[in-house]
Amino acid sequence: MKRDIIQKIGFFSLFLSILITFSFLGMIVYFIFSRGLPVISWDFLTQPPRNAMTEGGVAPVIIGTVYLTLGSMIFAVPLGLACAVYLCEYSPKSFVVNVIRISINNLAGVPSVVFGLFGLAVFVKFFGFGVSLLSGSLTLGILALPLIISASQEALIAVPYSIREASLSLGATQWQTIRRIVLPTAFPGILTGVILSIGRVAGETAPILFTAAAFYKRGYPKSIFSEVMALPYHIYALMTEGAHPDKQRAIAYGCSLILLFLVLSISGVAIFLRQQQRSYHG
Amino acid sequence: MACLSWKRGRGPSSCRAQFLGEHMARVKEKLYEWIFAALAFSSLVFLIGIVWVLCKESLPIFSRVPLGSFLFGKFWYPTYCPPEFGILPLILSSVWVTLGAMVVCVPLGVGSALYLNEVANFRQRQILKPMIEILASIPSVVYGFFGVVLVTPFLQKVFSLPTGMTALNASFILGLMATPTVCSLAEDALSYVPRSFREASFAVGADRWQTLIKVVIPAAGSGISTAIILGMSRAIGETMTVLMVAGGAAVIPKTLLEPVRPMTAAIAAEMGEAPMGGDHYHALFAIAFILFIITFVFNIVAEIISRRFRIKLGISR
Repeated sequence: MKRDIIQKIGFFSLFLSILITFSFLGMIVYFIFSRGLPVISWDFLTQPPRNAMTEGGVAPVIIGTVYLTLGSMIFAVPLGLACAVYLCEYSPKSFVVNVIRISINNLAGVPSVVFGLFGLAVFVKFFGFGVSLLSGSLTLGILALPLIISASQEALIAVPYSIREASLSLGATQWQTIRRIVLPTAFPGILTGVILSIGRVAGETAPILFTAAAFYKRGYPKSIFSEVMALPYHIYALMTEGAHPDKQRAIAYGCSLILLFLVLSISGVAIFLRQQQRSYHG
Repeated sequence: MACLSWKRGRGPSSCRAQFLGEHMARVKEKLYEWIFAALAFSSLVFLIGIVWVLCKESLPIFSRVPLGSFLFGKFWYPTYCPPEFGILPLILSSVWVTLGAMVVCVPLGVGSALYLNEVANFRQRQILKPMIEILASIPSVVYGFFGVVLVTPFLQKVFSLPTGMTALNASFILGLMATPTVCSLAEDALSYVPRSFREASFAVGADRWQTLIKVVIPAAGSGISTAIILGMSRAIGETMTVLMVAGGAAVIPKTLLEPVRPMTAAIAAEMGEAPMGGDHYHALFAIAFILFIITFVFNIVAEIISRRFRIKLGISR
């Protein structure tokens, strides 16, 4: 009898902790959506800002985020994929491979602001790219690299050995096997991983703080060497800079809503796809 | 590790042309392998690059300020004349805020993970687990924004403070932010506990709660501690939230209800104004270096614990 009560209390407290977690996180999402929705209009999404950031839309800001994210993926996906292919398909078990593995894990744990400083010192200063789309994309790319590698590795490991062996036994070389058999089979998993990292990269602020972002820039970014406005940085800047905090706050609600919507839907799609794939693979 | 490597079979070839063709093919194969090997080193190169850059850019400050007084100096006045570069207030702020965040995220994160793994039925888990993962992707700047517009005025009113941007606020928001991460990682650790452990416990008459406390948690203990350490590492390195809600006063914190300036916030807030190549600039890089070392140690410890955990439970991957 006493045991029953203890178990009930214990399970109830566990239930309480998940309830609190979901209610707070749900509150954040609800709050941003309820305050942000009135701000959103067609003009808000398609017009550039006017009157020192107090009116108009945020179209260049959205475009800037899209460019930065795409740029980082152009850099990180081939590199990360190659790294995962080496680790899963070629690598002998050795000291070197272990070092690579540990360095990937540690790169994943580096604080994002440190990536920002690295980008500032290397891309902005050393290579002389300046505060630009290119510097920001490269910095974000390095941040995304470990995510892409581990997602691709997971996808490659899920490819059954039998089909590799079947390909090899037909006389295909190892490279042919990788290109024609392993990569196409692993493609959905890799794609899911890439989508997940897009969601992560799109919301990062600290790495672009010193490498790419500008609070106010006239028009759309013209080349890879121009500064860009980006959603996450824009939210921060609207809250901390400028002369009209009240009017800016309304725009910040709108930006937060767009960013939250983008990120949640991107990772929602990725996680849904992954769920499907896992149940497919069993 | 599940990765294998295999060699192509080498049969005898009598024809010279065939031999040449095969030779070329073999060279090509080797070439591809070397290209992949070279690219695989990229993350190591970037990690070394980060360490090198941090070293190079932070060393000049130590010729002006000795390491001891940099680490333990009580005053951070980088723009005064003469400037003072003591980062003890920043380090203590970071520690303070991170510990506060742990108080929020450990019970919530681990509790949620236990609920998901032990109490929830299959359908609930199918829905709740992906939801946690989706919520884990909420960007930090959105948390920060939420903290500024809602939590700050609330705290100010409840505790009647001059400002609601305090260590408490930052701790709360950071803890909330780390909760989904801790929950996902802890849930993974719990799911590795073999079914046979639980069945053995039930067989000797334990109920589900006793099994949970006496069998499952000890078995997954090191996995759960890995999750907590990684959550801490994430919280101490988090920038935007603390930059927006911690208040930014670079003084040694005494209570949770004071504004603080953690290391990440100092870097993010001051780098824009610090003249490039000046002492302030180098000092900020030195802070980043210390931050890097802290998270590096956390990650290595987490790695070691999780490796032992895997060996203990006999998981090859």
